[in-house]
Amino acid sequence: MSLKTPSKLEKILRAGHLAVTSECGPPRGSDAAHIVHKAELIQRHVDAINITDNQTSVCRLCSLAACIRLKLMGLEPVLQMVVRDRNRIALQSDLLGAASFDIHNVLCLSGDHQRFGDSAQGQNVFDLDSMQLIQTIRRMRDEGKFLGGDAIQRPPQMFVGAAANPFADPFEIRVPRLAKKAAAGAEFVQTQCIYNLAKFETWMEQVRDRGLHEKVFILAGVTPLKSAGMARYMKTKVPGMDVPDEVVKRMAGTPKDKQAEEGITICVESIQRLKEVKGVSGFHVMAIEWEERVPEIVERAGLYPRPAV
Amino acid sequence: MIVAAKKPIEEIIEQVKGLRSVLVLGCNECVTVCEAGGKKEVGVLASALRMYFLQQGREVNVGEHTLERQCDTEYLEEIRNNIDAYEAVVSLACGVGIQFTAERYPSKPVYPGVNTCFMGAALERGVWAERCQGCGSCILASTGAVCPVTRCAKRLLNGPCGGSTAGKCEISKDVDCAWQLIVDRLKTLGRLEDYETLCPVKDWSTDRAGGPRKVIREDLRS
Repeated sequence: MSLKTPSKLEKILRAGHLAVTSECGPPRGSDAAHIVHKAELIQRHVDAINITDNQTSVCRLCSLAACIRLKLMGLEPVLQMVVRDRNRIALQSDLLGAASFDIHNVLCLSGDHQRFGDSAQGQNVFDLDSMQLIQTIRRMRDEGKFLGGDAIQRPPQMFVGAAANPFADPFEIRVPRLAKKAAAGAEFVQTQCIYNLAKFETWMEQVRDRGLHEKVFILAGVTPLKSAGMARYMKTKVPGMDVPDEVVKRMAGTPKDKQAEEGITICVESIQRLKEVKGVSGFHVMAIEWEERVPEIVERAGLYPRPAV
Repeated sequence: MIVAAKKPIEEIIEQVKGLRSVLVLGCNECVTVCEAGGKKEVGVLASALRMYFLQQGREVNVGEHTLERQCDTEYLEEIRNNIDAYEAVVSLACGVGIQFTAERYPSKPVYPGVNTCFMGAALERGVWAERCQGCGSCILASTGAVCPVTRCAKRLLNGPCGGSTAGKCEISKDVDCAWQLIVDRLKTLGRLEDYETLCPVKDWSTDRAGGPRKVIREDLRS
């Protein structure tokens, strides 16, 4: 497959390596040292770093500025963009801003509803949805045109990603939904955190039946559990998350001071099992406010050192 | 219909407490059906206001009247001869009726007695739900006649998002996921393959985004 962009993530995936990405949440303030520190913790163990975009609708330093910080460190950022807060003017404008710093990866998301965050009384935008954002970026890149039709001078060169949640409902459209994202122009997807491996494998089977793994790179999402409490919270409180009872039991059956270790072990075991699933092109390790453990997970999962491309 | 909800009496009192006379003006259309501003509610509010003024030891003339429609200038003429007996009007019509009343009687203060909520219908007695946001460009043909603009909390035209769980929206277990409803409906109609058709970027200029809207029918204009 030929490269469509200068993205390092794209190079690694198209070369057939298992890619490893991770993510950092920007601070609730303007201290750049925070994001720089997080990136330093993981930089040698991942190929690209997602910067979340006001995740859970809590106001934070913007994804674009944090991505620029990573770029200035010589790292490979993935700009997460939610369609909740910006209309088509602002989205396209921010894409050009990112492109001006040669940010080459973007992840298109709906965004959590604002009622989860610190601005429950705010408006939302949803001028475009995540699929339409994918289409928009592909049009900007491939045709060099704004949504409005005018030509773009120096169009953005971005490797376009999306999220996929194999666990949300209705299950019967979870694969068609991926097909739709691929048709819209998504080139890679990062999945929701996988705890229910069997369900994920069923989903992948259907993905392969439709040949979608050949149209879009699938990075399996994993999140290490810090405690039994976190496992229960993820199971019951986070929409679209599927944490099987045996995972909660395994965490709860571990002494409190050993639960974090157990969480890391579960995560490593998951990656090892998922490596065997045909069509999985890499891993997206989301260690929520636990970036310092990413290197260990990557190493124990046999994904280190990272390929040089 | 347009669904409205009664304003708290304290809020209405705050507007009218200094008046010597006030007309409570109801509407016989939507707000009657949703029991927020019909003849019955006019009577209840007028009585409550009379009680309030009585307790304050004040003599205030609280009138009652309910029009066939407040969103129709013709019917609004009905109060032309007695509106001057009142210092102000509390309208229990929807926002349209309130504004039409004010436009018809430019020198008369008109206060809202209801919060106008949405276009919807009754699910059961005492429960109304939204069904249309009047986006001006209907897409129900492709969504199994379930409106994602109205019923998806994110207005996703290519939903659902990852927050759909057991048929419910991520914002609340009391809210149905519109896209679950759409998928169920498409399945019932044997048209699930329609789900995979990408809905293009929407022209929102026919929605609120395009500014105040008008429908003009040249064939009907005299």
